[in-house]
Amino acid sequence: MTNPINSYLTRGAKSNAHAAFLKRHRTRNFVIRLVQIALFIAFILFWELGANYRLIDPLLFSQPSKIWAMFAEMLLKGNLHNHITVTVIETIVGFILGTVFGTAIAIAIWWSPFLSKVLDPYLVVLNGMPKVALGPTFIVAFGGGYGGIIAMAIAISIIITTIVVYTSFREVDSNLIKLAQTFGANQRQIFGKIVLPASFPTIISTLKVNVGLAWVGVIVGEFLVSKQGLGYLIIYGFQVFNLTLVFVSLFIIAICASLMYQGVAALESKLLKNRE
Amino acid sequence: MKNNPIISFNQVSKTYITLDGETEALKDVNFTVGEGEFVALLGPSGCGKTTILSLLAGLILPTSGSIFIRNKKVETPSREIGYMLQQDYLLSWRTIRHNIMLGLEISKQNGKESYQYALDLLDEMELSAFKDHYPNQLSGGMRQRVALVRTLATRPDILLLDEPFSALDYTTRLRLEDLVIETLKKRRKTALLVTHDIAEAIAMADRIIIMDSNPGCIKKTVNLPPSLTKTLPFGSREVPDFQKYFQLIWREMNEND
Ligand SMILES: Nc1ncnc2c1ncn2[C@@H]1O[C@H](COP(=O)(O)OP(=O)(O)O)[C@@H](O)[C@H]1O
Ligand SMILES: [Mg+2]
Repeated sequence: MTNPINSYLTRGAKSNAHAAFLKRHRTRNFVIRLVQIALFIAFILFWELGANYRLIDPLLFSQPSKIWAMFAEMLLKGNLHNHITVTVIETIVGFILGTVFGTAIAIAIWWSPFLSKVLDPYLVVLNGMPKVALGPTFIVAFGGGYGGIIAMAIAISIIITTIVVYTSFREVDSNLIKLAQTFGANQRQIFGKIVLPASFPTIISTLKVNVGLAWVGVIVGEFLVSKQGLGYLIIYGFQVFNLTLVFVSLFIIAICASLMYQGVAALESKLLKNRE
Repeated sequence: MKNNPIISFNQVSKTYITLDGETEALKDVNFTVGEGEFVALLGPSGCGKTTILSLLAGLILPTSGSIFIRNKKVETPSREIGYMLQQDYLLSWRTIRHNIMLGLEISKQNGKESYQYALDLLDEMELSAFKDHYPNQLSGGMRQRVALVRTLATRPDILLLDEPFSALDYTTRLRLEDLVIETLKKRRKTALLVTHDIAEAIAMADRIIIMDSNPGCIKKTVNLPPSLTKTLPFGSREVPDFQKYFQLIWREMNEND
């Protein structure tokens, strides 16, 4: 009766029905994870073998084994640290500043309904505009170093942050504001004690969106100017037609971006632990 | 009426003006409330009950006429007023302890003694054990008790209650009515309760002001006998006079339609 797999799948069960439910639930989750891994392995195998048998052009798409070998070699030689550090720092600075500035503008607009009405069409237009198109302008204005690249990352996230945060300020229950007013609260107290904390979850969630946007901004910025960073490695790889280098960079970006996203998600659940 | 009213409305009218036009919410409203009195404003929804409370709380200004609290004209929110809204509106991100301090923080009553007073009130409502809980961990009745503590913490002399029990189930509501009356009478607070529930008005109030709508105005004032005012709300519902006054007020409210 008590085989180890069964007792593992039903651990913590409160009754027979609960055990059956847990078993079904856990088996399903296990199968999902299994299929995910299988899909990944199949993809890598197809890529590797396809390149060997020339189904895929290895010059254009490289090959997992080559990518891995180059990654390991560069890592051991210490050729990667610098590029990774530069790009990660630019991204972190970019998404934090984008969120902070965007929130600051949202606060200014909340403070002055007149300003919000005046700026409304400009925000809509700016939000719709592809900010990357302004890349060269930023480089000229803020310099070809970190300045221009970070400006690019900020430009991409700032307007959407402003719009999202301002909307959440406005959607705060007017009864909560009335409550504060019955105690004689002034505008600053209404903001500090009600509106800002009520919108805190939204601000944190824009942080999560901005991580992704900042990556786009930084990589594009590095395409345009830099002499270092993962974006630079990609452009350099294309120029010397070393596609393996391009894929190594993409691989690193994928890992860093996921780690950063997970980090912000963890921060979010920690900060919002006690919210409804 | 007492010689020296704590609240008085003199020929107060209020017209809301919006893009769509005007709404005459109140017209020529006159009434006074004596110190320590518990008055209920009873009327159908839309007759301007909330408008009266907002005017008294200094959140909006009358279109004409004037409102006095202790002979001082009301123009801005004042310390004397405590306002309980239709729902508890506890801040979900604050613990109960910090929720009840909200009014004290805003009005800068930061003294240790004020905080202790609030915590003692919480104890009186038998909620001390929940100090460090968040609002979503409390039941509706408990939350409304916390809201009462938050209102009383700033030590207002006058309490405005805007249908404070309407979101609660019947049993909780009856229990809370008794608790509110006991707490307010003990501290000799003056109270103005807004409701559209005749039974609640009779059970809780010393005097009932019946309102009419379009535009909102006072139709009639009914003084309740000691048999109803000296008993707690739950007990009042058993008193023979209760039915008599219920009939009387019912007829009054449905007269001209
Ligand atoms: N801020 C406002 N702007 C415009 N009209 C309002 C406003 N507040 C209330 N009114 C109108 O005034 C009338 C009285 O409203 P209210 O005082 O809320 O009544 P009650 O509390 O008795 O239901 C209603 O017709 C309502 O639509
Ligand atoms: Mg109302």
